[in-house]
Amino acid sequence: MNTETNNIRVEIAGENALIIYFGDKTDPRVSSQVQQAVTILETELNGKLIDMVPSYASLLVIYDQLATDHLEVRRCIREVLSKLDDNEGSEGNLVILPAYYSTESGPDLEALAQRADLSIEEVIKIHSEMEYRVYAIGFAPGFAYLGEVDARIAAPRLATPRTKVPRGAIAIADRQTAVYPAVSPGGWNLIGLCPTRMFDPKAEPTMPVQVGDRVRFNPISREEFFAQGGELGEIR
Amino acid sequence: MSGFKVVQPGLMTLIQDAGRFGHHRIGLTTGGPLDALAFKWANRLVDNPVNTTALEISFGGLVLLAETDAQIVLAGAQMPLKINGVEQDRWHAHRIKAGDKIEVGFSAQGARAYLAVSGGFQVEHSFSSSATVTREGIGGFTGEKLKQGDYLNCTPPVQHKGYRLPETHRPDYSDNVTLRVIPGYQQQAFSDYQKRLFFSSEYKVTDRADRMGYRLAGPEVKPSLDGILSEGICHGAIQIPADGQPIVLLNDRQTIGGYPKIGSMIALDTARMAQMLPGSRISFDEISIDDAHNLHCLAHIRFNNTEPEPVD
Repeated sequence: MNTETNNIRVEIAGENALIIYFGDKTDPRVSSQVQQAVTILETELNGKLIDMVPSYASLLVIYDQLATDHLEVRRCIREVLSKLDDNEGSEGNLVILPAYYSTESGPDLEALAQRADLSIEEVIKIHSEMEYRVYAIGFAPGFAYLGEVDARIAAPRLATPRTKVPRGAIAIADRQTAVYPAVSPGGWNLIGLCPTRMFDPKAEPTMPVQVGDRVRFNPISREEFFAQGGELGEIR
Repeated sequence: MSGFKVVQPGLMTLIQDAGRFGHHRIGLTTGGPLDALAFKWANRLVDNPVNTTALEISFGGLVLLAETDAQIVLAGAQMPLKINGVEQDRWHAHRIKAGDKIEVGFSAQGARAYLAVSGGFQVEHSFSSSATVTREGIGGFTGEKLKQGDYLNCTPPVQHKGYRLPETHRPDYSDNVTLRVIPGYQQQAFSDYQKRLFFSSEYKVTDRADRMGYRLAGPEVKPSLDGILSEGICHGAIQIPADGQPIVLLNDRQTIGGYPKIGSMIALDTARMAQMLPGSRISFDEISIDDAHNLHCLAHIRFNNTEPEPVD
């Protein structure tokens, strides 16, 4: 094991949950280790797990107290950690998401460009040229945190969150970007709309991405957006 | 079609089973009963498997019209139960007939009661559960609380046993209790002084207390960290936002979040807390994960070995 894996810590989260900290910052190598641990623990703790929550640099492991205990789970985690490999890994699928960037579909695009001292076209180019990684899914069903956004177009959350952000809104907060899976309140900067459903309870799979996947946005025209079933939705 | 017509939905009545598990990876929370013990008793007293779909009634005000013969039971908070205008015992199965009117009044003590029917309510599952999570719009009837005019389908078996739980075994939902917390997560970011303050102070349940979390008010607790990289949040986790006022996260919590956490309340005690109304006073006791594990297993054994009495 190298020094990085030696820095992995296991802490108590709750009466039936331990949390593994793989690092303390957003890093594709750390995220890849989280993914590997999910896959191995799923097999090793088969029948004893209730759920797991992978995130940027941590993994919450929730177990069934009537089937196991924190001592056994800790031992199992230690064994798993010794098996992780340190490769950056390209294990995730590449998912292309169509993006209709415009001031019509992205009401914060202009302000974001001004703030960054860039043209709108440059912001679109920078956002769509980057390959993002799905670091975490949470906040709401299907809400995937993608990172990291180029520092030039990073933008803080809005001072006053909107009460209504439309489904499909492509947004930026700090160095993260995301597509809103459903109409919801939200404080991220809206720069466009994606016609792909990010969460559909009736579809199989319910989400086009999972943690560890890679995502790239492909700019499309207004006509293509509507042709692919996109809707502008209401913004308040 | 047979079942129950919702004449009055009450303040917040939700269709719940034990909860939705194994879907945190797509951002789905667990839902399920806030007071799991009362929920399990409700099912057991009408001889159902303990995970059967029932109703969680918050604060009261539910009126149903039966269009089927069945056995029903109300367990949990002290909400007066009337069948055709006559007050009936709670924690006690009752035979009802088609045409009977069932009224659940407002609570005298406690906040959540569970109404179960023999054979259970038939509700379509969404992600392997009927549990309603209104924030997600998932479970129950289109993810919403019960509305006037909703119809609760069920086909109760003709022969069905009913039971009552003797008074000595019924939980007490009085206020002013000490709830047990396991230090965990970012506990090291809280100084000894801050931890002592947290564990020796009294907090009040505020009116911002719902199925997502209970916001408490009391002495400010300050960690040495402002925020953390977003991470998984378990049931009972106690998050401390910038204002230093603890929030105990419950069944409908977000699955990940970026506030520092001092530890987690055990489920036996989140169930007690969820029975409290705004203004109730609570304090915390620190316990180890070993003690918490033993308490959980003992509670399970106690439930399985407590024999309810058969009725009629």
